Amino acid sequence: MVDLTAKIGALTLKNPIMPASGTFSEDLADVIDMNALGAHVTKTITREKRGGNPTPRVCEVRGSMLNSIGIPSKGIDYFIQNVIPFYQKYDVPLIVSISANNADDFARICEEISVPGVDAIEVNISCPNIEEDGKAFAMRPSTTHQVMTQLRGASDLPLWAKLSPNTGETSEVAQAAEDAGADALVVANTLLSMAIDIHSRKPKLGNLMGGLSGPSLKPITLRMAYQCAKAVDIPVIGCGGISKAEDVIEYLIAGASAVQVGTATFINPTAMITIIAELEAYMAANGMADLSALVGSVRDDDAADAVVFMETAP
Amino acid sequence: MTQTDTAAEVRTSANGEAFEAETVVKSNEEVNGEYRLLILDAPQRILNCRPGQFFHLLCPVTTAHQPYLRRPMSIYGFYPERGELHFLYKVTGEGTRALAELRPGDTLNVLGPLGHGYTIQDDWQNLLLVARGVGLATLAPLAQEARRLGRKLTAICSARSPEVLMSVDLFREMGAEVITVTDAEGTSGMEDIRATIEARIAAGEVDALYTCGSNRMLKLLQDIGAKHGIPGEIALEQQMACGLGMCQCCVRSFRRDNRIVHERVCREGPVFDMQEAMGW
Ligand SMILES: Cc1cc2nc3c(=O)[nH]c(=O)nc-3n(C[C@H](O)[C@H](O)[C@H](O)COP(=O)(O)OP(=O)(O)OC[C@H]3O[C@@H](n4cnc5c(N)ncnc54)[C@H](O)[C@@H]3O)c2cc1C
Ligand SMILES: Cc1cc2nc3c(=O)[nH]c(=O)nc-3n(C[C@H](O)[C@H](O)[C@H](O)COP(=O)(O)O)c2cc1C
Ligand code: FES
Repeated sequence: MVDLTAKIGALTLKNPIMPASGTFSEDLADVIDMNALGAHVTKTITREKRGGNPTPRVCEVRGSMLNSIGIPSKGIDYFIQNVIPFYQKYDVPLIVSISANNADDFARICEEISVPGVDAIEVNISCPNIEEDGKAFAMRPSTTHQVMTQLRGASDLPLWAKLSPNTGETSEVAQAAEDAGADALVVANTLLSMAIDIHSRKPKLGNLMGGLSGPSLKPITLRMAYQCAKAVDIPVIGCGGISKAEDVIEYLIAGASAVQVGTATFINPTAMITIIAELEAYMAANGMADLSALVGSVRDDDAADAVVFMETAP
Repeated sequence: MTQTDTAAEVRTSANGEAFEAETVVKSNEEVNGEYRLLILDAPQRILNCRPGQFFHLLCPVTTAHQPYLRRPMSIYGFYPERGELHFLYKVTGEGTRALAELRPGDTLNVLGPLGHGYTIQDDWQNLLLVARGVGLATLAPLAQEARRLGRKLTAICSARSPEVLMSVDLFREMGAEVITVTDAEGTSGMEDIRATIEARIAAGEVDALYTCGSNRMLKLLQDIGAKHGIPGEIALEQQMACGLGMCQCCVRSFRRDNRIVHERVCREGPVFDMQEAMGW
């Protein structure tokens, strides 16, 4: 028997597979058994109601996609009254993703969402911070440290910091989050991108630019997950471009303790279910009793720190 | 100022169940220059459909075409007794070009049935639909349902020319009275259609209006509906990623209780109340 359980700090997940924020909702219960997942991660919410960005909000690029959905939010009250009770039916930890435009609002929603039924809070610090010219908190170690310190003071629940690939300081940002009290890192969010229709010469997204997700993001976020796992002692949750069990195994070998699956669920709503089964089969076939046989097992023998923490291609 | 808000009410799909399923292509023939009819051999469990619902198709990746996201297609016909699922589609871009390459025996992964379809209320005895182009695909199953419920249906079918009129026989087989209008004959103008509909309303022969897709038709039917107090429904399109309600990319604006609300075409729709729909 293969033991698929994954420990993320104080939380034990029945397996290391969970959805990525914004690519999952109650609606998926129409297609899959929600109890099969390692955790449920909800779409980022803000305190206040928000409308989101103009359409078109998505477009495809070869083998991947861009989105500029933004964070349309029905607000925290709606979430507490309607969404949390829905997930309480399941025997699966609920991870709630939150965000805000500035650190004070962020701390407020963090405190207000710390209610029974929520098992951990994923703090989406990869969204624009209006006090820093719209730069995401997670682009710099200093802003990461500041906001994470405030968030830590606002809740006793486990805090997972969701990092951004739009930074040149991956390991420093990771360490800043850890130092300020993050319990885990989710690595990572989408990468700022663009696509233009050559016939109309119009940008394909209503918002001009958006985030790249899907298979072409994977080498970037995998590299980041590897660097983060080297840089910190808290668990790293890999996210970006996972569509099959091999991708999960690769993240685990790089040092991730669990993973999130996003865009793949749009292509195959049953993707996570298939991945769990394939991961189990792979481990059984290779005589692996539990995830420790994989996590962090990358053979990067004696690579120098200067190489591990590179922020540009050699 | 109207307030922007998302829908207050969360609806679940009609039957609360959708499937990701493999189907086998039975045929995929050209109907006329622009449209193709795709007939799939489909498992029974996915054929519990409602008129106006759709499937999200995982178009094949071929050497020439590499679509990534799924493509939404209305159910043109569903036949549980024969295990068949039909789509009528127009070849427009990467995804539909890839669909056009499917040959009998190939497999196609489909997700569905999805969304909320058309409703026929008990006191809607006389139904009138206006369809053009691929809109016929969306409206055809409504004719089947009207016959099942013993309602009288008038179908106004519009096209560029008489040669490219589609589905006329299908509607007639379903017992509908068919009125064809075409650009070539100069009978498809909005005012001509208005006159035709208003004559029927005057004769007391219209309890509900149905259409899909076009902005011009929406405006016309909204106007007629409001003037004569006749309810109606319209199926709308919007670009989709997940098709299930998770990503929120497919929202459109609707007017409800003097406010603007945003709803997901894939989830709350694709069929919406005619008067609440907003032009684009
Ligand atoms: C609920 C619903 C039902 C539909 N039913 C039918 C039908 O029965 N027959 C039919 O021929 N067409 C139908 N359409 C339109 C059909 O989905 C598009 O023509 C198709 O997605 C085009 O894909 P493409 O790759 O060939 O074109 P491209 O232009 O290359 O597509 C690029 C992207 O835009 C999206 N897109 C392009 N046009 C549309 C559109 N009109 N609506 C939504 N997304 C679009 C595509 O899905 C794709 O993601 C329906 C659309 C919706 C939303
Ligand atoms: C449509 C869409 C919406 C998203 N919304 C959010 C969000 O609200 N909050 C967030 O932290 N990440 C969001 N993401 C990013 C994903 O959670 C994930 O980090 C990213 O898509 C990379 O993973 P993937 O390649 O498996 O999709 C969104 C991604 C997509 C495609
Ligand atoms: S397509 Fe994802 S919510 Fe409608």
